[in-house]
Amino acid sequence: MIEAKNLNLFYGTFQALNDISMKVPEKSVTALIGPSGCGKSTFLRTFNRMNDLIPGVKIEGEVIVDDMNVYEKGVDVDNLRKRVGMVFQKPNPFAKSIFENVAYGLRVNGVNDEKLIKQTVEESLKQAALWDEVKDNLKKSAYAISGGQQQRLCIARALAVEPTVLLMDEPASALDPISTSKIEELIHELKKKYTILIVTHNMQQAARVSDHTAFFYMGSLVEFDETKTIFTHPVKQQTQNYVTGRFG
Amino acid sequence: MKKIFEKVIEGILMLSGTVTTLTVLLIIFFLFKEGIGLFGKSPTEEGFTVAVNRENPVNELSTDQIKNIFDQNIHNWNEVGGNNDSIILFRMDDLFNYYTEEELAGIDTNMNLLTSKIDEVIDKNKGIIAFISSKEIPQNPNSKLIHIKAIGLGSFFGGKEWFPTAQPVAQFGVYPLLMGTLWVSLLAILIALPFGLATAVYMAEIASPGVRSVLKPVIELLAGIPSVVYGFFGLIVVVPLVQQIFALPVGETGLTGSIILAIMALPTIITVAEDAIRGTPRSVKEASLALGASQWQTIYRITIPYASSGITAAVILGIGRAIGETMAVLMVTGNAAVVPHSILEPMRTIPATIAAELGEAAKGSLHYDALFALGCILFIITMIVNLTVQMISGKRTRNKLR
Repeated sequence: MIEAKNLNLFYGTFQALNDISMKVPEKSVTALIGPSGCGKSTFLRTFNRMNDLIPGVKIEGEVIVDDMNVYEKGVDVDNLRKRVGMVFQKPNPFAKSIFENVAYGLRVNGVNDEKLIKQTVEESLKQAALWDEVKDNLKKSAYAISGGQQQRLCIARALAVEPTVLLMDEPASALDPISTSKIEELIHELKKKYTILIVTHNMQQAARVSDHTAFFYMGSLVEFDETKTIFTHPVKQQTQNYVTGRFG
Repeated sequence: MKKIFEKVIEGILMLSGTVTTLTVLLIIFFLFKEGIGLFGKSPTEEGFTVAVNRENPVNELSTDQIKNIFDQNIHNWNEVGGNNDSIILFRMDDLFNYYTEEELAGIDTNMNLLTSKIDEVIDKNKGIIAFISSKEIPQNPNSKLIHIKAIGLGSFFGGKEWFPTAQPVAQFGVYPLLMGTLWVSLLAILIALPFGLATAVYMAEIASPGVRSVLKPVIELLAGIPSVVYGFFGLIVVVPLVQQIFALPVGETGLTGSIILAIMALPTIITVAEDAIRGTPRSVKEASLALGASQWQTIYRITIPYASSGITAAVILGIGRAIGETMAVLMVTGNAAVVPHSILEPMRTIPATIAAELGEAAKGSLHYDALFALGCILFIITMIVNLTVQMISGKRTRNKLR
């Protein structure tokens, strides 16, 4: 169960998130949509405390992951990030082999059993629907495969540390349509096991892959409901205007 | 009108580029022309020669053999392939040991008398080896010129003695200088690398912007201090320190030079390595952190490997700086041109040799040519260093483009 309670976030004096409360349903896909700069990516990054890296960030309110406020004092951030995996906008594999990319998360978390690592790497690549394409080239550089494959490699890398939540920050925006549809199919598969939060600019994508959709505007959560409702009968006029493409 | 103006500007730019290139090529040409002049020449001073008795079977001697003969390390001709005769040294001044002043009266003005007297001495002593002016030789029927092996690459690079003004034969063995240069430079890098890398990582990854904005100008200032000031600092502070710590008779050692060079190479290493580390994309570091890696794990597993080619370039540039450094090294290393056995001995580097000796070497002399040959060696080393850096950073750009 992950949830935000009265969450406010400031970059210096600029308020990027404004009193957001939202319960994300488990083992389903929740899409975060909204125009650029609306705070959806910022909101996504509060769940694994990725915003901590930006100087001058101040956060009020609570973010609950596994019944625990992640912003409480003494929280083990490295452990939190292991439980809350993340896939970024652009494929960002490490300058290592395909195998070592997936094994990385295990190694930094203290796994030394090579047999276990091998097994986990294979499972993760299978889950990310990449195994068949790379199983003969595991030693090859991760830079040698296509962008779409790299992004699935990044998903496999995130899955290898067995998170419960997967955050995806526009995971298909840098990919061609075929790679995009592969990623979408994959998301559909993954929601059976993981709670997925996905930021997207692409309205059709949100409609295709998500069960719930949250519409953000100017740092506020305008509307949050089942995807079907958001796209067909939104309560707020703003949402209506955005999903029908009248602004954004 | 505008077109003409642009053409003129273009012409000026092209001209300055051409002039710069030509100047560089000219300098290199000059350096090598003077340096190559050393080889193939006899190592005796011009106008002098070495002669022996006509019946002596020895025709050729190497510079080392002649040096050992005149240093009285070799006493018998059979040691250099001749008869069993003990060697008698003869220099011009020794003429007065063989003749009285009356017999030699008027010798200052009468060249023929001098020649015949020398000839007489050589004739009378079977084992003699005479270092004499070459002007007297043609009329000497009883003496035979010794052929001295010319200076070649082998004796230049392999020779362990550097006595550029020694009599009767100068010795140009760069081996001790080369070793001195390499020892001092490499140790300097060994000292500078851990400090430089640690500082670079700290500045790029850990320091707050405030700390960094103070630290960076200070480190860059380090690069701007004239090297003679470093040398002075080394002489006053590091030399006594090294002497005390290791209980040495003198503090001017290779180690002292290395410490000073390490300090001097730090700004280069830190600046270049820090740039490389900062060049690691944020997205890759974020990916590592998002997998639960700690900041430190991210630094040594992702950031440093990613920046490794840049860090290598930094180190090699540091080496380049250390190898070429002259003044500070000249002041603190002790300048003994011997093959080093320990880092706590005085050493002499190639640049320090050039700086110290060029003032005394007459233009066109062997010594002068030898110093230019040293310059050529330095140039070649630096060129190799620069090419290596270019190759490595070229690889880096290719990696990034992929």
